[in-house]
Amino acid sequence: MKLKKVLCIAMTAAVTAVSMAGCGSGGDQPAGTNEGADTAQEGESDGGSESDAAAGGTFKIGGIGPLTGGAAVYGIAVKNGAELAVKEINEAGGINGAQIEINYQDDEHDAEKAVNAYNTLKDWGAQAILGAVTSAPCVAVGSVSYEDNIFMLTPSGTAVDCVKYDNAFRVCFSDPMQGVESAKYIGEHGLATKVAAIYDSSDVYSTGIYQAFAEEAENQDFEVVAAEAFTSESKSDFSVQLQKAKDAGAELVFLPFYYSEAALVLNQAAGMDFKPVFFGCDGMDGILAVKGFDAALADNLIFLSPFTPTSPDETIQKFVGDYETAYGETPNQFAADAYDGIYAIKAAMEDGNVTPDMSPSDICEALKAAMVNITIDGVTAKNLTWEASGEPSKEPMVVKIANGDYAVVDDDDAAAGGAEAVNNTEAADTADAE
Amino acid sequence: MSFISYLINGISLGSVYAIIALGYTMVYGIAKMLNFAHGDVIMIGAYVVMASITRAGLPPFAAILVSIVFCTVLGVVIETVAYRPLLNAASSLAVLITAIGVSYLLQNIALLIFGANTISFASVVSVPALVLAGGALTITGETIVTIICCIVIMTALMVFIKKSKAGQAMLAVSEDKGAAQLMGINVNGTIALTFAIGSALAAVAGVLLCSAYPTLTPYTGAMPGIKAFVAAVFGGIGSIPGALIGGILLGVIEIFGKAYISSQMADAIVFGVLIVILLVKPAGILGKNIQEKV
Amino acid sequence: MKKLNKTTKSNLITYGMVIVLFVLMQALVSAGQISSLLQGLLVPLCAYIILAVSLNLTVGILGELSLGHAGFMCVGAFTSAFFSKCMAEAIPVSGVRYFLAILIGAACAGICGILIGIPVLRLKGDYLAIVTLAFGEIIKNIVNILFIGRDEAGFHFSTKDTLSLGLSADGEVIVNGPQGITGTPKDSTFAIGVVLILITLFIVLNLIHSRSGRAIMAIRDNRIAAESIGINITKYKLMAFSVSASLAGVAGVIYAHNLATLTAQPKNFGYNMSIMILVFVVLGGIGNIRGSVIAAIVLTLLPELLRGLSDYRMLIYAVVLIVMMLFNWSPKAIAWREQYASKFKRNKKEAA
Repeated sequence: MKLKKVLCIAMTAAVTAVSMAGCGSGGDQPAGTNEGADTAQEGESDGGSESDAAAGGTFKIGGIGPLTGGAAVYGIAVKNGAELAVKEINEAGGINGAQIEINYQDDEHDAEKAVNAYNTLKDWGAQAILGAVTSAPCVAVGSVSYEDNIFMLTPSGTAVDCVKYDNAFRVCFSDPMQGVESAKYIGEHGLATKVAAIYDSSDVYSTGIYQAFAEEAENQDFEVVAAEAFTSESKSDFSVQLQKAKDAGAELVFLPFYYSEAALVLNQAAGMDFKPVFFGCDGMDGILAVKGFDAALADNLIFLSPFTPTSPDETIQKFVGDYETAYGETPNQFAADAYDGIYAIKAAMEDGNVTPDMSPSDICEALKAAMVNITIDGVTAKNLTWEASGEPSKEPMVVKIANGDYAVVDDDDAAAGGAEAVNNTEAADTADAE
Repeated sequence: MSFISYLINGISLGSVYAIIALGYTMVYGIAKMLNFAHGDVIMIGAYVVMASITRAGLPPFAAILVSIVFCTVLGVVIETVAYRPLLNAASSLAVLITAIGVSYLLQNIALLIFGANTISFASVVSVPALVLAGGALTITGETIVTIICCIVIMTALMVFIKKSKAGQAMLAVSEDKGAAQLMGINVNGTIALTFAIGSALAAVAGVLLCSAYPTLTPYTGAMPGIKAFVAAVFGGIGSIPGALIGGILLGVIEIFGKAYISSQMADAIVFGVLIVILLVKPAGILGKNIQEKV
Repeated sequence: MKKLNKTTKSNLITYGMVIVLFVLMQALVSAGQISSLLQGLLVPLCAYIILAVSLNLTVGILGELSLGHAGFMCVGAFTSAFFSKCMAEAIPVSGVRYFLAILIGAACAGICGILIGIPVLRLKGDYLAIVTLAFGEIIKNIVNILFIGRDEAGFHFSTKDTLSLGLSADGEVIVNGPQGITGTPKDSTFAIGVVLILITLFIVLNLIHSRSGRAIMAIRDNRIAAESIGINITKYKLMAFSVSASLAGVAGVIYAHNLATLTAQPKNFGYNMSIMILVFVVLGGIGNIRGSVIAAIVLTLLPELLRGLSDYRMLIYAVVLIVMMLFNWSPKAIAWREQYASKFKRNKKEAA
């Protein structure tokens, strides 16, 4: 018995020793970031010069997202998209001659682990953060990064509070915006008079959109006849929710959640011979990439999305092609958001004349000022700009799945967007060439 | 009519819980341990079927056989390496924690091999759906097959335990390991056999789970695993017919709770009913209430 | 110096260990010789240590398996965060507010412990485990559908959505269903955390070595024998269970006041978390309070220190967990260790 205790203590000692060693190896960096960032930056440019002897140093960008756990699929897409963009930028000569290095840390879709990931990145010397991927971790990271004054751009954190502080920006649409736009679209296009909504009542993203949708629905010309929820504990069976929607006579079912669950909903709806119009949000993008999914089930599925992999636009085609070669799968909206996110950081760094030897806090100030000036021709939108509040300004595209493929709906707005897209292909090419 | 339709949905869901709970309760009844990794063996079983069909091009039936063999071997390996050294440990909780470790391990292995992307699992069941009352009610082929499988497996297990020598040995081991050893029973071998059968059942459950609810991720097994554990307790853990009854009851309660009370509170309702049942019948529906003696 | 008795000595070692670790960490922090990662982990570590110690009271001393400990943590976290958010302006002094928040969190979790304990403690073994698991899930589910808002007319409640709260224009939503509570003041500090650990240890260790503690352990070892000598089973079981619950509530308070966002996800307040705490307790040694402290530290740091392995991180973590369990619990490994230790001792003696 006694020996066990001795062993326990020995074990702790070993772990502490390892942690101390961990500190030691990156020793001067954390000390530097605590006191004054200058020393840390010196350390970093030393480290960076190995990979890049020609130009001045390396920018360190940290990424945070779930790489394990139930939300891993989104975090991994973001990681891949970001790494692809970094590779392209580095090959094209970097940011003002400086290379980018990206370090992506796992947050397991948990707020506390996200803060740990953030601190790991801080120790590493991250000068800007791309993350976090999911909403609750993003809010937690937002508050700590604000205290440290480190710039943060979330590719896909949709909750309102993700960009609460002035150092935080996002690439995706916010929850309320998606909910309101969806309700407006359904109302204005007269898609249905009776609408049912199914949402994940244990999920931040899903309830955020649903609530905004329900609020806006009161101003629109349709009626919400059924609002049914499910939770992360009971998301394998949707028969009841669908049955209730069917019994209520819904002509359209609003599905504000991710495609993995949606694939199941469509499957079960087909099984019970219920064929309303299904309407989703940006989380629906990627449904056709689900291996083994019968695309015919998704026919006539409409969703708001910033990104379609089959768009004829050249920038998008190049991105999709490169992504497929690198990772063997079609990129989804998460990968696209991350890809644009890295390019936005690049543009802002160029606009703010940021150099790798600046402290993260100075870089943050410069990037905050630069974010409102830049315009990106990215894969999720043309002429993507930001407001000081952290929200992007871009038009959502309405995508309809027809014959097993995504198609942008030829609506007035969408047509204008499409025309713009054509006009901008040249601009996009030049942007790429840079 | 919607009541009957909900009932059918409940039985479909419940039959899936039941088939998982059968494996759970089998292992618990004999080895007296909660195998928290059972749900993850199910997930591995489903991946093996998927991989043998799509990558090796095997017909579904052969793929299921491959999966059963694979899971049986996996179950025995897990038992030998991770559980057996702890079967005589000072506390039965030690094995429980190791099982949790094994569960994390299997999830992460699947994550590394198959990736995190959701895979839509093509149903391997080719039985047509049963349409009743002029199309108002449908019972899917998956449900029919799952229920038949449940009943067949349940009967086979009961016959096996009652009639065969190995089954009798299992009963003896579950009653008293020490005495069984003295009677010349190979205790370790019997427990390994239990895990082999339990894991083979997990492979079957995995195929049926993913045929009925066709999405597959490395975390597919975790939640049904917990639900099946609840179902096994519902029916009286260790009781084989109890697992079937518990599973179906759990499914029906879950669906009725969602349909008639609130879909937001589905989990709370299921667990609330569970608590009430256990307070009235503390050993589950078919469980034996063993009188304690000093 | 008078010779201390054995339990006092053992208790003092436990307190001493915590204090030494605290002083060491504080010294490192003030010298700037500590990574931000480790610094950020200090407060969560305090919460996990308290959770492990409190669960050990239920599992080790009371001898009942509880799989719903995270539920009590959840109650403590949400009630205290709700209080702090409401009172952020009324009580500007963070120390006072935090103190009240801790009392409220502990009291609410303790009351839940009593309410749940009365019916549940009649059950035994795995059935008790499953019912506690059920309670944990129910609490999480209820928190997820709870909407509370405040405007000049007072508080509004709903279980549907923020819309049905019927708030006036300048009303504020405090608890927003699954989005939980955001913007809880960040009042938890390492020093307060350590003080709370010491108080927890003091309560638990004194309870164990008191008359009540002996009664509780008598129930654990043989319920019928304990009953026959006149021990009030329900009273003592309930005492241990509710103390354990309210300490978990305190851990919840620390957790809630350390992060800017508080949501009830399966990961942090579901059965996953309950099981994680159980892993701390079992790995550290059932009934061994100091072991719980050590195991909580080791297992919280381990996945963070494995970050360098990137994709293989959680895989290695699982393997290490299994190996540690086998090493700590397998009768063969214990025998081997004892043999080795006696050899080691003999060598030492010979050398002396």
